[in-house]
Amino acid sequence: MRPILMKGHERPLTFLKYSREGDLLFSCAKDHTPTVWFADDGERLGTYRGHNGAVWCCDVSRDSTRLVTGSADQSVKLWDVQTGTQLYTFNFNSPARSVDFSVGDKLVVITTDPFMGNPSTIQVKRIARDPADQTSDSVLTIKGPQGRINRAVWGPLNKTIISAGEDSIIRIWDAETGNLLKETDKESGHQKTISSLCMSADKSHFLTGSADKSAKLWDSRSLTLLKTYQMDRPVNAVAISPLLDHVVIGGGQEAVNVTMTDRRAGKFEAKFYHKILQDEIGGVKGHFGPINALAFNPDGRSFSSGGEDGYVRLHHFDPEYFSIRM
Amino acid sequence: MAAVESARPQAAKLRWGELEEDDAGDLDFLLPPRVVEGPDENGIKKTTEYRFDEDGNKVKVTTTTRVRKLGKARVSKKAKERRNWAKFGDAVHEDVGSRLTMVSTEEILLERPRAPGTKEEPSVSEGLGPIQPGAVLMVCRTCGKKGDHWTSKCPYKDLAQPPETFVERPSTADAASAAPGGAGRSAYVPPSMRGGGERTGTEMSRRRNDENSVRVTNLSEDTREPDLLELFRTFGPVSRVYVAIDQKTGMSRGFGFVNFVHREDAERAINKLNGYGYDNLILRVEWATPRPN
Repeated sequence: MRPILMKGHERPLTFLKYSREGDLLFSCAKDHTPTVWFADDGERLGTYRGHNGAVWCCDVSRDSTRLVTGSADQSVKLWDVQTGTQLYTFNFNSPARSVDFSVGDKLVVITTDPFMGNPSTIQVKRIARDPADQTSDSVLTIKGPQGRINRAVWGPLNKTIISAGEDSIIRIWDAETGNLLKETDKESGHQKTISSLCMSADKSHFLTGSADKSAKLWDSRSLTLLKTYQMDRPVNAVAISPLLDHVVIGGGQEAVNVTMTDRRAGKFEAKFYHKILQDEIGGVKGHFGPINALAFNPDGRSFSSGGEDGYVRLHHFDPEYFSIRM
Repeated sequence: MAAVESARPQAAKLRWGELEEDDAGDLDFLLPPRVVEGPDENGIKKTTEYRFDEDGNKVKVTTTTRVRKLGKARVSKKAKERRNWAKFGDAVHEDVGSRLTMVSTEEILLERPRAPGTKEEPSVSEGLGPIQPGAVLMVCRTCGKKGDHWTSKCPYKDLAQPPETFVERPSTADAASAAPGGAGRSAYVPPSMRGGGERTGTEMSRRRNDENSVRVTNLSEDTREPDLLELFRTFGPVSRVYVAIDQKTGMSRGFGFVNFVHREDAERAINKLNGYGYDNLILRVEWATPRPN
């Protein structure tokens, strides 16, 4: 396949998200400006100007009218997708790290980092249909897991919130009361910080990637470990294919190896694994730096990767991909 | 006044009544409009636009793009509407020449890992083509390659052999080495007749070979020894090929050496292959040492 290279960001990419219909791709980077691209040919549509810090995460509503972004400038902003205007800003006492719309787009779960004595929090805010009615009130606030929470997402049917972070423990919280329902134990779970989390299309299972060089697949309701995929490098980004039984995992580099790697070679690859057999299907090379973000198009026919090199690479699969046999 | 005006092309509204007579035809502050020559039958679209650079010079920018139909996509009605949205943010002033979105020049494949039991993919280099049916049993003992050639036809036959295959050497060495071996271990073998004698013989022939050494530069990344061999053997027997490989990445460093047995072959190779297009790069082929007379 011939990937389309999009160099719109001057700094490393942090997150990628497709719109529900798969025609728009939103990219967030450390350069303060989330960008939206057309997902078929990579043409840039626009940028959202307003943040003053690295943008860590974003999510788009199902009708592709609202974009929410979380940034290191201690704010979460709500944008109008079409025009790029800011509709609302939620301010916090510490950098916001992860954002996720609930099913129905009425609520958004936000995590904030531990900062200056404040512990990390998970907060749920209500999103009003009309921006004029928007308030900053939190519907729910959960304080306290140790360490940074790198990702928090809604569980199936918005009943639970699933969080994962630096303490390498995945926790499931009740979305209404904030009680801790389940958490993973140290032996079967990850051993190092969990950098990324991706829900399946039907939210029945999810994939987590960790600096312990593995990615693990879990059941969303029971939090049982289903599968483990072994990588040879710390994992920075994971994604589950909505169409086939594939997962893609992208990683970085051990700090020890930084001086020894040839940067010019475009050697960083996104590795495809069979979701059920756990075998490696193959790798897609091309990035000049560690891969920080991966996303599948909801139709499963293309995917994109964002790297430390500031490039977004958009890949449309060849017909052979769909007939891969293990 | 007039001099200032022509040096200030970006001046807001110049009133034509204030221009001097001879400046009337010299409308430097206006830019010709953008011209788009639409996609022709090859899909090539040429866009010519004009702009001013920092020094106020008029610059003509010609952008040639190839419009290629990638495939059909089923889009919802909403998605189709979104396609027509106006650009916003930093994308508003996007000019045609911006290189933000590019199709990769390289073809990137989903590289399957080779597991034992799965069929080996045909290698990218042209040296080893797909293995012929029934050729799997063809093993060469000198270079260990399977399926390419028999031992007697080994192109690497003049290279240093592992000790066990010494007997296999189809060069004149056999006579010399067979004699000491055949005469029984008890017979005295003068030093010149031992294996050592043979060695100097090859060294001399090798040295002569080094004068037939051809340096090849501007090789592509995945070129290897077999590829060069395949390319150069048409000119004559080749005694040695070498491609410089970067240990860290395993890729060719872009150059290599080919040693011909005969000087004339080397000369013909240089004449024919210098400037030859090979794997998307133009080869440079020349004598390795300063040109021997």
